[in-house]
Amino acid sequence: MANYTLKINNKTYRVEVEEDTPLLWVLRDHLGLVGTKYGCGIGQCGACTIHLNGTAVRSCVLPVSAIGKQKVTTIEGLSAHGEHPVQQAWSEVDVPQCGYCQAGQIMTASAFLNKTPKPTPAQITEAMNGNVCRCGTYHRIREAVALAASKLK
Amino acid sequence: MVGGGFLLSFRWFELTASPIQTVAEDVNFNSYLSIAPNDVITIFAPNPEVGQNIKTAFPMIVAEELDADWTKVKIVQAHLDTKKFERQATAGSGAMQHSWERLRKAGATARWMLMEAAAKRWDVSVATLTTDNGFVWHKESGRKLSYGALATEAATMKVPDGIKLKAKKDYKLIGKPIHNTDNAEMITGKPLYGIDTYREGMLIAMIERPPFGAKIKSVETAAAKAMPGIVDVITFKNKVAVLGKSTWQVTKARKLLKVEYEPDGAVESTTEHNTLMKQLLDKADVKPSRKDGDIEAVFKTAAQVITREYQAPFLSHACMEPMNFFAHVRPEGVELIGPAQLPEDTRKNVAKLLGVDIEKITLQMTRMGGGFGRRQRSDYSMEAAELSSMTKAPVKVMWTREDDMQGGQYRPAMRYRFQAALDEEGNWIGYRMRGVGINSGNSARPDHFPAGAVANFLVDSIDHKSPVTTAPWRAPSENFLGFAEQSFFDEIATAARRDPIEYRLAYLDKAQKTPVGAVKYDIERMKGVIKLVAEKSNWGKNKQLYQGFSAYFSHGSYIAQVAEIEMKNGNLVLQKMYAAVDCGVVVNLSGAYQQVKGGIIDGLGHALYGEVTLKDGVPAQKNFDTYRLIRMKEVPEVEVYFVDSDINPTGLGEPALPPAAAALANAFFKATGKRLYHQPFLKEEAMKGQTLHPIS
Ligand code: FES
Ligand code: FES
Repeated sequence: MANYTLKINNKTYRVEVEEDTPLLWVLRDHLGLVGTKYGCGIGQCGACTIHLNGTAVRSCVLPVSAIGKQKVTTIEGLSAHGEHPVQQAWSEVDVPQCGYCQAGQIMTASAFLNKTPKPTPAQITEAMNGNVCRCGTYHRIREAVALAASKLK
Repeated sequence: MVGGGFLLSFRWFELTASPIQTVAEDVNFNSYLSIAPNDVITIFAPNPEVGQNIKTAFPMIVAEELDADWTKVKIVQAHLDTKKFERQATAGSGAMQHSWERLRKAGATARWMLMEAAAKRWDVSVATLTTDNGFVWHKESGRKLSYGALATEAATMKVPDGIKLKAKKDYKLIGKPIHNTDNAEMITGKPLYGIDTYREGMLIAMIERPPFGAKIKSVETAAAKAMPGIVDVITFKNKVAVLGKSTWQVTKARKLLKVEYEPDGAVESTTEHNTLMKQLLDKADVKPSRKDGDIEAVFKTAAQVITREYQAPFLSHACMEPMNFFAHVRPEGVELIGPAQLPEDTRKNVAKLLGVDIEKITLQMTRMGGGFGRRQRSDYSMEAAELSSMTKAPVKVMWTREDDMQGGQYRPAMRYRFQAALDEEGNWIGYRMRGVGINSGNSARPDHFPAGAVANFLVDSIDHKSPVTTAPWRAPSENFLGFAEQSFFDEIATAARRDPIEYRLAYLDKAQKTPVGAVKYDIERMKGVIKLVAEKSNWGKNKQLYQGFSAYFSHGSYIAQVAEIEMKNGNLVLQKMYAAVDCGVVVNLSGAYQQVKGGIIDGLGHALYGEVTLKDGVPAQKNFDTYRLIRMKEVPEVEVYFVDSDINPTGLGEPALPPAAAALANAFFKATGKRLYHQPFLKEEAMKGQTLHPIS
């Protein structure tokens, strides 16, 4: 067990956990931030995607000891009440089916659009391909990312 | 948890998905709805939500007949309550078919009572009143009263009999694209799912389960027990549970368990299953599910006999949210929270297991991260109840993805043999089909086309009982039968040198004009979707495109599909799918489009990539690195068209899936001259070097 001070969603949290604990389980079990989802635990599905210093990262394979002073953003901290353009686009396009994968999709999309504000359709597909949606909402995800890009301008 | 520097070491907090707020001042009209003085209308969504969008669609129907202001409707997921609601189940795409009239009447009755109350207040006759968007109007005098203002009085009015329902032309909500009621929560990461349940003092449990056909020989638990955070290790019912304070601690401790197994009955492998299924196809003296005409004679005299076999592997449901369940068993009662497609079954099974009266068990349904039939089983919820009862603590059972994929309840492995007899002119005179499977139940559907159209007809099935557990998987049996029969029909049309759509329509005509035996599908509706998809896809017009056709009836709905393969830069790509759908009245256009698109994507993905194989009772696939799910790059464009219909709504969660893989395989044949018979397609010789990925 060790103590960690974590910067998450512009707040400071202290937790005492084992050093190999994946950030995913620190968020869910210890901090009550359950928007970040567990899907596979091996970096294959993207359900657990968060931002680490603005980059999309799989929190299920990120040990808490590797975070240090880096800034963590989860779906709960992307905006105060869901007003981030990507969240807005998700709502306008009515993307979610079961919804379970969608926090991860939104976190991947928002990090991607930060770096690529004017993406081509092929770039969107490439960027989103790592996130599985078992319900098959892929067309709407693609549409929502493009819509969010137009909102960001 | 606001502000900086909050100290948190180990502390449980309370999180429960979508709790029900009871609003005391609301006036309850019936099980489905209550109206508050401030005009907020609460509509209860009684059915379990897996992503089929029932939580939005059901209240839309109530609100439609009530003439409510949709922006003032608050939807609340109901608990399991068999006194208030019927059929709180997600199964067989049956919710809409069962509840359509009930929901309409619930809304219409309340509307009538509100009008009665207004009539009394204004001292006018009800016949002079109208309603609109949450108000009762007396147009003559220009007076209006909101539903909230009338609610208290209205609730005392007599519940009318024989209430008149709206005509389709007057619908304001039904048929519109209404957004998912949980969107705001889902896109901001609020706790909604069973897996998000946390309680003070709750233990996390993970369970080691045996290979199929094996039992525990010895267990060593000391090392696991000694790990930090571990509270107990319990051997029960041929399983070993590790219980502890956090998911990660339990995950780690579990790895230190040493469990040895020994055979307990049949320990089976996929290679044996494959041999066995082939043998079963030749078995004599099987009782037919349907028999018309003289099948032996016609096959003896036929000019041409076509025989083809199709095979499917076990599949995982791979719900995005793995199995989990919360239980707290106390002397005063049992609390269950979690994902359940058949909550009534879950409660019954838990009651039986614990020897507790069902009246003492509450079950709170959470939004589910997918279901696909897997959550019709209560194995995982019973585990939670049993462990909570043994430890006297609140317990959340967690299945890892590996547990989920290796823990059984698969789509059964199946094999079908089809035979068609043709005469010299290519007329289809005989049809024989047998389905066999591993724990597949009755894998044949005896009244499917060409029943009624082909005079000599025989369908039967054989089920092999196995320790490998199976469960309904989105469109049970149909999910593979749809591919197999629709591929076979394409081969028959090819053998008869006819266009597959023209050939199908000709035999549907025949079944209509000179039916043999009972015809249990609606021929007009079937022809309707076939003609619609042919028109929308420009069937056969563009010679640069390779098009494949399929049409299927299941769960009360009719769907025809066309897949379109193109040659691009020397590669074959599956560029587009067309679907024409007749599911009666479309309730929510946005949800309906997505059900069809998602069903097609699911059908294509699992046909191309999905399989669970077993060696000595142990599944080889553990996680998404070896069990491939379809991803964005692999998804074609999908165009969906609904038939404009007045018929009561029929199923939509499942019917789009079965025909998808056949449309693809038939297009693949046009492009390559090669047929696909076994799933996953990617392993077929004919697919070598092909990916079919569309280009975005
Ligand atoms: S849970 Fe992290 S990638 Fe699947
Ligand atoms: S919406 Fe269900 S997994 Fe994506």
